[in-house]
Amino acid sequence: MQDNTDKILNDVTQNDYKYGFVTNVETEIIPKGLSEEVVRLISEKKGEPEFMLDFRLKAYRHWLTLKEPEWAHLSIPEINYQDVIYYAAPKKKAKIDSLDKADPELLETFAKLGIPLEEQKILTGVAVDAVMDSVSVATTFKSTLAEKGIIFCSFSEAVKEYPDLIKKYLGSVVPYTDNFFAALNSAVFSDGSFCYIPKGVRCPIELSTYFRINAANTGQFERTLIVADEGSYVSYMEGCTAPQRDENQLHAAIVEIVAMDHAEVKYSTVQNWYPGNKEGKGGIYNFVTKRGLCKGFRSKISWTQVETGSAITWKYPSCLLMGDESIGEFYSVAVTNNMQQADTGSKMIHIGKNTKSTIISKGISAGKSQNSYRGMVKMTKRAVNSRNFTQCDSLLLGDKCGAHTFPYIDVNNKSSIVEHEATTSKISEDQLFYCNQRGIDTEQSIALIVNGYAKEVLNKLPMEFAVEAQKLLSISLENSVG
Amino acid sequence: MLSIKNLEVSIDNKVILKNFNIEVKAGEVHAIMGPNGTGKSTLANVIAGREGYEVLNGDIIYKGKSILESKPEERAREGIFLGFQYPVEIPGVSITNFMKTAVNEIRKHKGLDPMPAGEFLSMLKEKKKIVEMNTTLASRSVNQGFSGGEKKKNEIFQMAVLEPQLAILDETDSGLDIDALRIVAHGINSLKNKDNATIVITHYQRLLDYIVPDFVHVLYGGRIVKTGGKELALELEEKGYDWIKQEIDI
Ligand SMILES: Nc1ncnc2c1ncn2[C@@H]1O[C@H](COP(=O)(O)OP(=O)(O)OP(=O)(O)O)[C@@H](O)[C@H]1O
Ligand SMILES: [Mg+2]
Repeated sequence: MQDNTDKILNDVTQNDYKYGFVTNVETEIIPKGLSEEVVRLISEKKGEPEFMLDFRLKAYRHWLTLKEPEWAHLSIPEINYQDVIYYAAPKKKAKIDSLDKADPELLETFAKLGIPLEEQKILTGVAVDAVMDSVSVATTFKSTLAEKGIIFCSFSEAVKEYPDLIKKYLGSVVPYTDNFFAALNSAVFSDGSFCYIPKGVRCPIELSTYFRINAANTGQFERTLIVADEGSYVSYMEGCTAPQRDENQLHAAIVEIVAMDHAEVKYSTVQNWYPGNKEGKGGIYNFVTKRGLCKGFRSKISWTQVETGSAITWKYPSCLLMGDESIGEFYSVAVTNNMQQADTGSKMIHIGKNTKSTIISKGISAGKSQNSYRGMVKMTKRAVNSRNFTQCDSLLLGDKCGAHTFPYIDVNNKSSIVEHEATTSKISEDQLFYCNQRGIDTEQSIALIVNGYAKEVLNKLPMEFAVEAQKLLSISLENSVG
Repeated sequence: MLSIKNLEVSIDNKVILKNFNIEVKAGEVHAIMGPNGTGKSTLANVIAGREGYEVLNGDIIYKGKSILESKPEERAREGIFLGFQYPVEIPGVSITNFMKTAVNEIRKHKGLDPMPAGEFLSMLKEKKKIVEMNTTLASRSVNQGFSGGEKKKNEIFQMAVLEPQLAILDETDSGLDIDALRIVAHGINSLKNKDNATIVITHYQRLLDYIVPDFVHVLYGGRIVKTGGKELALELEEKGYDWIKQEIDI
């Protein structure tokens, strides 16, 4: 009867990305291609200080010596880096004056996701300055942060306003020499976010890029830097469950986090970039380098991610556990459907004594997609009495998709313990029939079962994010008719 | 309420039910007994609309209409409930969430709005009492790590929540200890009224001490070969199935 289940699952999961929408954005662009001249031009256009140009040039020169990584379980079409436009300053968003004029299909998706009306307006490009509420929200938000001495601004702004902090921490966790895409990003990154939490401050709100209005259109080569000083705490949310479409196919972002003594950073991501159509045409290539440095004693960094979008995902949020007794965590749900490919996981590098890390990875594959977990756990000689627990589960929907696990374990001392558990399961016909028998149709049954499967990770997300992410998981696996 | 006529069912080209007939009216309790592997669960599954069974002949009429073409969820929303012989585990899905989804799907089918959260929770609380289900069990994932008896209790709990018109209980009594049997039977009895009907599939007459059936049927060779009252169950318990087999296998 498993054949039967496969058929049901295949039918239900063969869906198209429903959110195809493009906003016409008037932009100021520079010619295609990458050269030292282009790097200089980007820096100049952004009015950057000398040290930034230096950084970019060094990165560019290093990039020239590198090749794209080939070890991932991905088949990546050849990318012509000279065919990419590396700088496009957003001028003005095409504006519509009310939601009634937005794509009805898109609005339906928003309704399903339960996205608040005001947020819908921003996402569909309804003139933002007409949205009084969101502006006032952003303003109160800014003053709350300022009171506490928290810095939260765009990267460009930070380069000008806080050059010392940027000089000190830029590239300190992900050096431009790290990998091909990190070098590329370092040379040409357009903008991103900077966040600094001073000593002993608990950030009272979830920081979200959504509140930073000028965050729009910096998606392609984004750069985020978060510094949590001694004893501080921040929860940071990246992306949104709302569908994101971008004409730029190539994305290479960097996120760097530094946590000092007793500091804690929680970084949550929901990634829902355009995955391409059912046949695998189009879609975003997402090559991300995310790394956190637990620099201080008892510092803690947690990554939580829900990945449903992109045609290709190459992403390994990692922790360098340098401080003694520091803690690194990685919780991930990665969904692939149709022709999507994901190679994602984490690296936990234990350097300090008594350090602890946890990796919980839940892969869900449907359609003809390929979903790989790749994780490295390294215990250095110094990292005595350290522990890692890794649990890596794969759920297959249908019989045409693939799930793969690539664990790398390297232990260099005798007192550390590394545990690795892995499971692969399928949604059974028994489970579906059980749900059906209670009046729940197959599509919704799959949504229930998948959400149950991913619960451990979804529970780690901030409340409002979690509710949206649950709905997103259902929608990502939903049939296009329905 | 339910009328099955001349039903013939096969699975993997093997005929399991043949010339099967039954007539169930509102307010009635029917017991179906029969040796292992004679097709009792098959019957239950076919009524509930499970895929993989081929209906070669006959018809299943429920509330005056043939349901052979309806999907399992449609039959469920129309009031057919199956208490499973082997309830399946659904990791990570809480019973509360599962029941909320089911209740609201059924309400949607009836043209009703979803039940408000407060009302739903107090309703659950009431229903838990019926099967004396403890609260910690109800907050766990559906059947995950439940003991055999707990799974069966959970089936009756779900039945209490969904208030079906036709409940088919497939060996709900097996695996229950004496107290649990009493509780489950009491639950089933208290859910009984003149508008609904129950089919209990069982191997043991002791369940029928608690749930008094109007009819006892013996399923053998793919069809009902004998129908009687409660006393038939007693006779079976005493003599086993051999005497029936001898009577039939001419
Ligand atoms: N999926 C299947 N594939 C092949 N044969 C099956 C399948 N399901 C059931 N059968 C067979 O059909 C027959 C009837 O099975 P069924 O489960 O209906 O019996 P039952 O009367 O409920 O038995 P028990 O009292 O043991 O529960 C058995 O011989 C069984 O092996
Ligand atoms: Mg059976």
